[in-house]
Amino acid sequence: MSVKKIHKEQPETFEFNEKSMEAANKIVSNYPDGRQQSAVMALLYIAQRQHDNWIPLKAMKYIAKFLDMPYIKVYEVATFYSMYNLSPVGKYFFQVCTTTPCMLRGAYDLVKVCKKKISEKENELSEDGKISWMEVECLGACVNAPMMQVNEDYYEDLNDKKLEEIIDTIYQNKIPKPGSYTGRINAEPVDNRKTLLGNKNA
Amino acid sequence: MLKDVDRIFQNLYNDSGADLQSAKLRNDWSGTKDILGKGREWIINEVKASELRGRGGAGFPTGLKWSFAPKEIGSRPHYLVINADESEPGTCKDRDILRFEPHKLIEGCLIASYAVNAHKCYIYIRGEYFNEGQKLQTAIDEAYKNKLIGENALDSGWDLDIYIHYGAGAYICGEETALLESLEGKKGQPRLKPPFPALIGLYGCPTIINNVETVAAVPTILRRGAKWFSSLGRPKNTGTKIYCISGNVNNPCNVEEEMGIPLKELIETHAGGVVGGWDNLKAVIPGGSSMPMLPKEICDNIKMDFDACVENKTGLGTAGIVVINNDQDIIKCMARIARFYKHESCGQCTPCREGSGWMWRMLERMVAGEATPDEVDMLFDVTKQIEGHTICAFGEGSSWPVQGLIRHFKNEILERNKFDPVVKKQKNIPYLVDQHLLEKENA
Repeated sequence: MSVKKIHKEQPETFEFNEKSMEAANKIVSNYPDGRQQSAVMALLYIAQRQHDNWIPLKAMKYIAKFLDMPYIKVYEVATFYSMYNLSPVGKYFFQVCTTTPCMLRGAYDLVKVCKKKISEKENELSEDGKISWMEVECLGACVNAPMMQVNEDYYEDLNDKKLEEIIDTIYQNKIPKPGSYTGRINAEPVDNRKTLLGNKNA
Repeated sequence: MLKDVDRIFQNLYNDSGADLQSAKLRNDWSGTKDILGKGREWIINEVKASELRGRGGAGFPTGLKWSFAPKEIGSRPHYLVINADESEPGTCKDRDILRFEPHKLIEGCLIASYAVNAHKCYIYIRGEYFNEGQKLQTAIDEAYKNKLIGENALDSGWDLDIYIHYGAGAYICGEETALLESLEGKKGQPRLKPPFPALIGLYGCPTIINNVETVAAVPTILRRGAKWFSSLGRPKNTGTKIYCISGNVNNPCNVEEEMGIPLKELIETHAGGVVGGWDNLKAVIPGGSSMPMLPKEICDNIKMDFDACVENKTGLGTAGIVVINNDQDIIKCMARIARFYKHESCGQCTPCREGSGWMWRMLERMVAGEATPDEVDMLFDVTKQIEGHTICAFGEGSSWPVQGLIRHFKNEILERNKFDPVVKKQKNIPYLVDQHLLEKENA
């Protein structure tokens, strides 16, 4: 469990817009009648996407009413899971994995670059307010270590120089190509593939 | 080395695309209707005969698990839940199945849900795998469109709906009962067992929970026969397994290999060897971060399967192999893993919630050489106080790696941590000296 800070300045109101409403109704229909509470995680995501990548308290209240469940239960869920942002993050949200498999391959070099080029402290916006970063636990791409996630995309096989290039590209309002940065294909061994050779270039 | 024809996941590196048409070229969805036609009894017995064990870490026999589901649907519906909440550090096999072999998984879902009488299947994917989930959703839509699933799937008379549920970054939701809680829209805190999910699971209904790799392997096993699968590996440890090799190796990769392949062969052949040569190897974590590490002497000879790992006081787990060489600070590596567990403890049971923090803080001091020699034994004692005293296996998962470190590298910790608050020359450091300790002669 991580300590989460609720943002001090909260908006006055929150309501799903048309697109969110449609998505929310579709999700609720995935679960049996009377079990609409199951949709709370998905609805929090929808609220987060609609509201600049963070969830205000009003949204939790709105979702509680929407799903006919106690507000405190929504609050519990929103604070328990680490992927819900309860205070503003940058438009480009960097999550750098530093768990052991990434650490072994130099994840803390990436952290240094983030400190230098984005902000000294975690969860602080960069000077132009576009980027924020934080250290996270294992993102599940260990054979492509070290890696990080920017919003929904994985950037793999990085090193400090490549990360600097990525950050510079984003500062220029361009989105760099996700995936591996050594040119390897997915999770195959670089230049050392010994299996499934018949399929290669199929 | 395993022959290419015997590999289940032919598209592990995405050579040929994940869409339905390419999947069919790889033999997916061929003869699925005939398999269903042989009846659930036959399917379960065949899976039992193949000796397939769950690939999610615990290694529970899959056929046996399926046989726990009630034979007839009673007043409550049955559910099949697929655990794709892959969060164990060192493991990234399910991700490649989700994005490159989704049709194997969907076909497996159909067979499994037929075998356990479920009309609804939920696939719980970790929230970070958003793109992978979207790829799976595309495949599910394709399957609906081609009437492979949905109402009267494949004209077999069986209805099946598959839904994706995204997690939100909680490692503990990989524990099956925590996953169910999360699926019900609550905090992911594990439930007490019994009752087991097979009888009282999701929404209080009979629920079978399987790992992605397990279910995705089932269609191929049934197509090629249990005999083929059990001829690979050795009894009780049969078949193939995707190994994820990460850390200090030259070519980190995912590779599907036979069960029981020697660890050394796996690292040398597929991962291009340890950085700095085999002699530069320090230790290997064989099955994801929660399994105790092995020093080089054991790594020289160990075979990678469930039972061989248990004989060496570790476990195959998810087969996420993390290689650590001599250039690394082994205590620091473990301190980082302890920090991971401190962060991910759900906070329900006191020994785990408090103990995981204790272990992390003690290890951090040991990295810096600020601990006293007897604290090493104290740390071991703390791990023993956590292990077995919690609702779920997270207690074991967090304490075993620390135990592994102390078991194999105690001398290294002791060498670094010679600090003794009682000796005279260091008496001037006031904050560490307990006065009552000074008064005792043997303290």
